[in-house]
Amino acid sequence: MTGETLPRVFIVDDHGLFRSGVRSELGHDVEVVGEADDVAPAIDGIAATLPDVVLLDVHLPGGGGQAVVTAMKGAHPQVRFLALSASDAPEDVIAVIRAGARGYVTKTISGAELVDAVRRVAAGDAVFSPRLAGFVLDAFATAAPPGQQAPSIDPELDQLTMREREVLRLIARGYTYKEIARELFISIKTVETHVSSVLRKLQLSTRHQLARWATERRLA
Amino acid sequence: MPPWQAARTEDGQWPGHRYFGRGPRRWGPWHQGEPLRRAREDRLVGGVAAGLAARMGRDVTTVRIIFVVAAVLSGGFLAAAYVVAWMLIPLEGTEGNSARKAMADRRGLALAAGYGSLLIIVRIMISVFNVGWLSSFLWPLALGGAGLILIWRNAAEDERAMLRGLVQPFLGLTTNSRWTGFVIRLVVAVILLAGGVAALQSAHENIALLQPLAGVALLISAIVVLLGPWWLRIARDLAVERQARVRAEERADIAARVHDSVLQTLALIQRRADQPQQVIALARAQERELRSWLFDGRPPGSIDDQAMTLADGIRLIQQEVEAQHGVAVEAVTVGDCALDEDLAALLAAAREATVNAVKWSGATVVSLFAEVEPNEVSVFVRDRGKGFDPAAVPADRKGLAESVRARMARRGGIANVRSAPGEGTEVSLSMPRAATTRSQA
Repeated sequence: MTGETLPRVFIVDDHGLFRSGVRSELGHDVEVVGEADDVAPAIDGIAATLPDVVLLDVHLPGGGGQAVVTAMKGAHPQVRFLALSASDAPEDVIAVIRAGARGYVTKTISGAELVDAVRRVAAGDAVFSPRLAGFVLDAFATAAPPGQQAPSIDPELDQLTMREREVLRLIARGYTYKEIARELFISIKTVETHVSSVLRKLQLSTRHQLARWATERRLA
Repeated sequence: MPPWQAARTEDGQWPGHRYFGRGPRRWGPWHQGEPLRRAREDRLVGGVAAGLAARMGRDVTTVRIIFVVAAVLSGGFLAAAYVVAWMLIPLEGTEGNSARKAMADRRGLALAAGYGSLLIIVRIMISVFNVGWLSSFLWPLALGGAGLILIWRNAAEDERAMLRGLVQPFLGLTTNSRWTGFVIRLVVAVILLAGGVAALQSAHENIALLQPLAGVALLISAIVVLLGPWWLRIARDLAVERQARVRAEERADIAARVHDSVLQTLALIQRRADQPQQVIALARAQERELRSWLFDGRPPGSIDDQAMTLADGIRLIQQEVEAQHGVAVEAVTVGDCALDEDLAALLAAAREATVNAVKWSGATVVSLFAEVEPNEVSVFVRDRGKGFDPAAVPADRKGLAESVRARMARRGGIANVRSAPGEGTEVSLSMPRAATTRSQA
């Protein structure tokens, strides 16, 4: 690991206590280049420091976390976002992911796992926590009855393959990528490919149902 | 896809079996593809009629009546066929029939052959004495009797008990003290029988149509007089046996529930003996729960009265376990549906598995994943704790064995435990959905 540059991390969260907690948990495995407690200072700070990974709270006082992602996407596409929060409504989490975050982990995550997740996002991979996997399965599962579905531009984007579904299910059951690879007799790289492909579908799908799912869930 | 095709077969069970476990009143119209099995619950003799009725989706009583009528019309041959079917069709929930076992039982075969040949000799003697009408009954009698001997010698204990009940009145001749009653009945029956036979015999010469009818009536009343009390006793025994089974199931249920709540709490109290405040809180909570069960009839550990949907129930388990044991539970639910009794049992099993994982695995976080699919609901409880060797757990250990597995099996669900030392444990539970909750997927 020597000689390898540490991932540069920026923390956005409105709770100071939590920011310092994350800072100490990440320890010396990453370089924390800045912090912010709201949308506007976060946008300024990120633009100034250009970190590899932004740890982003889903809920911020001055608008959701997705406002930060959206603001940075145009000017600095190389900055990657990892959503991190305690417990959120699925629609908010999906919104941040659809805005462009590379993953979502819950605050119950251990320090070592968080470092691992940051490295993964810095390397361009997607990071799915069990909860996000559950949300995504739920979102794609509520399929409209055939015929009622709005015509989509790319039908391939609107549904998950059997394999992607299997991978997500195992993530939701608490399996690590390594354990999933062993369970399904595939390589870890293939697991990562599946997860990235799910993320792509999640972000690019124009699926009528997926967009509407969030609002329906709130009503139900 | 029909529900039984979605069943898991890795535990070596034929998928249809879990539907057999759900009680005799749930048969569908025609269970295509399920193998024919003799019924265990509903049977009167060998369970063949009940098994057939289940398989064809007909009423058991109708099948039995048709069978008895056909047996009489066929001169008893159908009765012999019944015995053969008894030998050939495996009992519900098992593979392998008694015929295969009987083929290896040399002494039994010899006995059966001896008995059969004895009857055939009797038949020859009868034909010599020219009482032709009797002889036609002897073939099925020989065949059926020989079959019964083989079944008796090779059947499992419960089958034997059944047979013992059937031959009781004849064994009762030597062991029973109610001699006089039997002798009186025997005398009356012999007189009636003789009258009936005489009436039938004289029917040839007489053209009066009433006479054979009277003969048949006399024969029937002879049989009723002779066997009536015994039939009544069988019916009574059957009811008693059914009650006993219900009581045993109830006891198992209570044991599982007491284990879930009282024993768990006692174990916790022992572990936290150095924290008086927590011990008091635990004892108080347990007292409240036990009282509500004993006096208000609300079962401890019941989730159904508080939670409305499956996702609510999972959330409740998460909150409770985190509060009671201080271990994080990562709960994920995909889909949702209303609870019924089956799914409440699934939740209770899931709670038990979660508490088990929290208490014994040593892991700091336990994953709880529930997915509602169109035909079934599955729950996975996984920890990355110390794990255990499933083969090394003693059979009498309550925990997973009774509480989770039996609880699921009683409702037609499946429970699997996967674990290895050092690799953590995963309990997977799946419960087929009843039609009532299925519509609102």
